Amino acid sequence: MSDAVIAVALVWVAASGTAVVLTRDPLQQAFVAGFFGLGLAFLYLSMQAGDVALSQIVVGAIALPLIVLLSLAKVRKGRE
Amino acid sequence: MSRRARLALFAVAAAALAVTLGIGLAGLPSFGSQVSSYAKLLNVLAPRQRHVTDVVSAVTFDYRGIDTLFEEFILLGAVAGISMLLRPLSDEVRELPEDKVPDRAIPPPSPAVWLLAVLLSSLLALIGLETVTHGVLTPGGGFQAGVVLASAIYVVYLGTNYTTVERYQPDALLEASDGVGAFGFVVIGLLGLLAGDVFLTNVVGLGVTGNMIAGGTIALLNLTVGLEVAGGFAILASEFLDQTAVIRTRTKQ
Repeated sequence: MSDAVIAVALVWVAASGTAVVLTRDPLQQAFVAGFFGLGLAFLYLSMQAGDVALSQIVVGAIALPLIVLLSLAKVRKGRE
Repeated sequence: MSRRARLALFAVAAAALAVTLGIGLAGLPSFGSQVSSYAKLLNVLAPRQRHVTDVVSAVTFDYRGIDTLFEEFILLGAVAGISMLLRPLSDEVRELPEDKVPDRAIPPPSPAVWLLAVLLSSLLALIGLETVTHGVLTPGGGFQAGVVLASAIYVVYLGTNYTTVERYQPDALLEASDGVGAFGFVVIGLLGLLAGDVFLTNVVGLGVTGNMIAGGTIALLNLTVGLEVAGGFAILASEFLDQTAVIRTRTKQ
């Protein structure tokens, strides 16, 4: 049973990781990267690494999107 | 270097990588195999030796505490570097954010967003405090709690405006929190030396396994790391926010 969960998590990570690379627009990429981060957190949790999963959630859901979105806002403001 | 030479170099490097990676992957435990003997040993030893139920925190803050000390200073260095890079340059000025339409104030967020921010920020602060104080019992600890606490401040920004959030996060306080947190880790490490043992020895009373205050220095280190990470991530967010909201290129006269 737990093997099946880990397999699902691995496929999710592989698919969403590829999707991050294939997304060309940085704004859309930030959202896809968030989905990839969620997959990673699920993978860590399925391997019973609760601490690492929690770190992945806080960094992937809070710190990374914040930095990417604020940087994009700054770059776009400069272009106007 | 010609294209041919580069391709040859790539072929040699790729072959070397494939061989070493292949040998490494062949040595991995098989898919779905049970936990390693090291993990089994720690699961038995850590609750007895350190009186904690979250074995990971015993590893990160005690058995391998020195690694975490270096990681703390990597974060401190990274935050200091970001602050340096994102300072207002000589051709930039700080002006309060203004609406794109001249002579109009920025409209405040809708009451629904404000209410959501009030609920979410208090909930995040509570979860952050819960995570940092229960680091020795349940998954989580100083790092995770610090990021959650810092995110409570961003949510205040989402529900209000730049001026309000700046009032609640004075730069001096954030910088002090970051620095004191990192320094506190070293001070707790030095307690071991004062007690006549090695650096980062767990010399504080261990308490009863399963209690919130247990694990000796592990609980204390969780608190200092929480302080450092909360300050560090709040500085990071406020530097990026300043760049977007208030720092702009000086208009040529």
